[in-house]
Amino acid sequence: MEKTVKRWFPLFVMPTLAAFVIAFAVPFIMGVLLSFTEFRTVTDANFVGFSNYIRAFTDDRLFIDSLIFTLKFAVISVIGINVIAFALALLFTRDLPGTNFFRTVFFMPNLIGGIVLGYIWQVIINGFLYQFGYSITSDPTYGFWGLVILMHWQMIGYMMIIYIAGIQNISGEILEAARVDGAGPFTVLFRVIIPSVMPSVTICLFLTITNSFKLFDQNLALTAGAPSNRTQMVALDIYNTFYSRTGYEGVGQAKAVIFFIIVAVIALAQLSLTRRKEVES
Amino acid sequence: MGRKIINAVCFIFLIVFAAAFIFPVAVVLINSFKAKFSISASPFTLPVGDEFVGLANYTEGIKSTGFPSAFGWSLFITVFSIAAILIFTSMCAWYIVRVKNVFTSLLYYSLVFSMIVPFQMVMFTMSKTANVLRLDNPLGIILIYLGFGAGLSVFMFTGFIKTVPLGIEEAATIDGCSPFQTFWRVVFPILTPTAITVAILNSMWIWNDYLLPYLVIGGDYKTIPIAIQYLKGGYGSIDMGAMMAMLVLSIIPVIVFYLSSQKYIIKGVAAGAVKG
Repeated sequence: MEKTVKRWFPLFVMPTLAAFVIAFAVPFIMGVLLSFTEFRTVTDANFVGFSNYIRAFTDDRLFIDSLIFTLKFAVISVIGINVIAFALALLFTRDLPGTNFFRTVFFMPNLIGGIVLGYIWQVIINGFLYQFGYSITSDPTYGFWGLVILMHWQMIGYMMIIYIAGIQNISGEILEAARVDGAGPFTVLFRVIIPSVMPSVTICLFLTITNSFKLFDQNLALTAGAPSNRTQMVALDIYNTFYSRTGYEGVGQAKAVIFFIIVAVIALAQLSLTRRKEVES
Repeated sequence: MGRKIINAVCFIFLIVFAAAFIFPVAVVLINSFKAKFSISASPFTLPVGDEFVGLANYTEGIKSTGFPSAFGWSLFITVFSIAAILIFTSMCAWYIVRVKNVFTSLLYYSLVFSMIVPFQMVMFTMSKTANVLRLDNPLGIILIYLGFGAGLSVFMFTGFIKTVPLGIEEAATIDGCSPFQTFWRVVFPILTPTAITVAILNSMWIWNDYLLPYLVIGGDYKTIPIAIQYLKGGYGSIDMGAMMAMLVLSIIPVIVFYLSSQKYIIKGVAAGAVKG
């Protein structure tokens, strides 16, 4: 049977393969190669070795600052979102009235696009700060916490849904057995529930980490990096390096490669770390 | 008794939390009827007296953003990209599972790999490639979305196809079905739940996507996120009234879609997470 299927390669695989090669594979390889060159339009590339990688850090502090900003943002968002989403998921397992309504409300922000979310929160935060004579661009701290709040608002519902599914998968017998054995609510939580939902923890951490690092639309709409690029995350810094500074295309591509490696290493390290916990339980 | 009190506290807490979730959307809705110069100063009050401008912000916003056409392009690109992704990545995933060789596993791992690569890594070279290959139009961008959506979609379809027993397909082959007929008459109907999940996850992404369409077709064809971003003038000045109205208009279709197929969306998101 495999042989007959094989003859259908052009119809079954070619469309996806061609699209993947054009949209991703070729641009990816070109991107890696171009990071070692100086170029404006791709065809005029000159090999310059690692100089773009050095310039990314030495020409100015924008890249390193955006990396630090992104890292701080990611740490706070990942912890905050997962703790709150998990706590809400636990509440949902009690038989409270109106759970359907609450689930609908909490998940809704996730469907709204990043650009729209950014402007929604800009109005709210500016309206609040206006009472004190400030705006979101007065101080980078406002932009930072604005992004943190926005990210929480957007992702809590999504993660909550995943945690609820995980908690519902725990068999009632195990929970009942733990209680019969005299385990208190905290012991049940830390010894039974959390170990059992480790697969959900893995995926939620993965989604929040990668989404926090890659954040772009929300950043562009909420502050666009203001004041003076100090609320600029890595993705926005790379975008500005490419499109608002002529002669920096090679540096932008080098920054993108570094960004890719950082995201890949952190995501894979997290996956293998939490997956190991899954096996143990 | 103690349990009842705890439940009551939890319930009140949830109500407060839900109010905090609805609040931002409510503020935008209220301000969309307010005169544009009153919005920044007092966004948290109801529009009263002179402040109330009726639908003026909406007509102004629709005129300056070309909202109906943006809505049309967003819908066109999302619908046809999802159709292309469902048709082609499901066939590709089936082929990868059923034909095992070095090439198919290389393809599979390349697709999975593409999922963790940030868009900035390929944004410049991809938009150049699209430009050279004349894919910088609403039809061409569908091919690009097929390429970018292939990672997650093939990954999810292969995960499910591995659990489909081979016997059903062999029976269809013996009955004289070609692989094409076998796939569409026998395999795909079994895949429907996964197909719904794939469609939902991809439409959440494509409908809201800003940077990819902006770089590829942004100059000539504006989708909703691009039209919204264009409201921000060159010097950072924004007509806040028009902005509020356009935010409301762009949220409405999402909420209608969400409320009408909420069951599938929630299930799809949870199922997508388990597979991932």
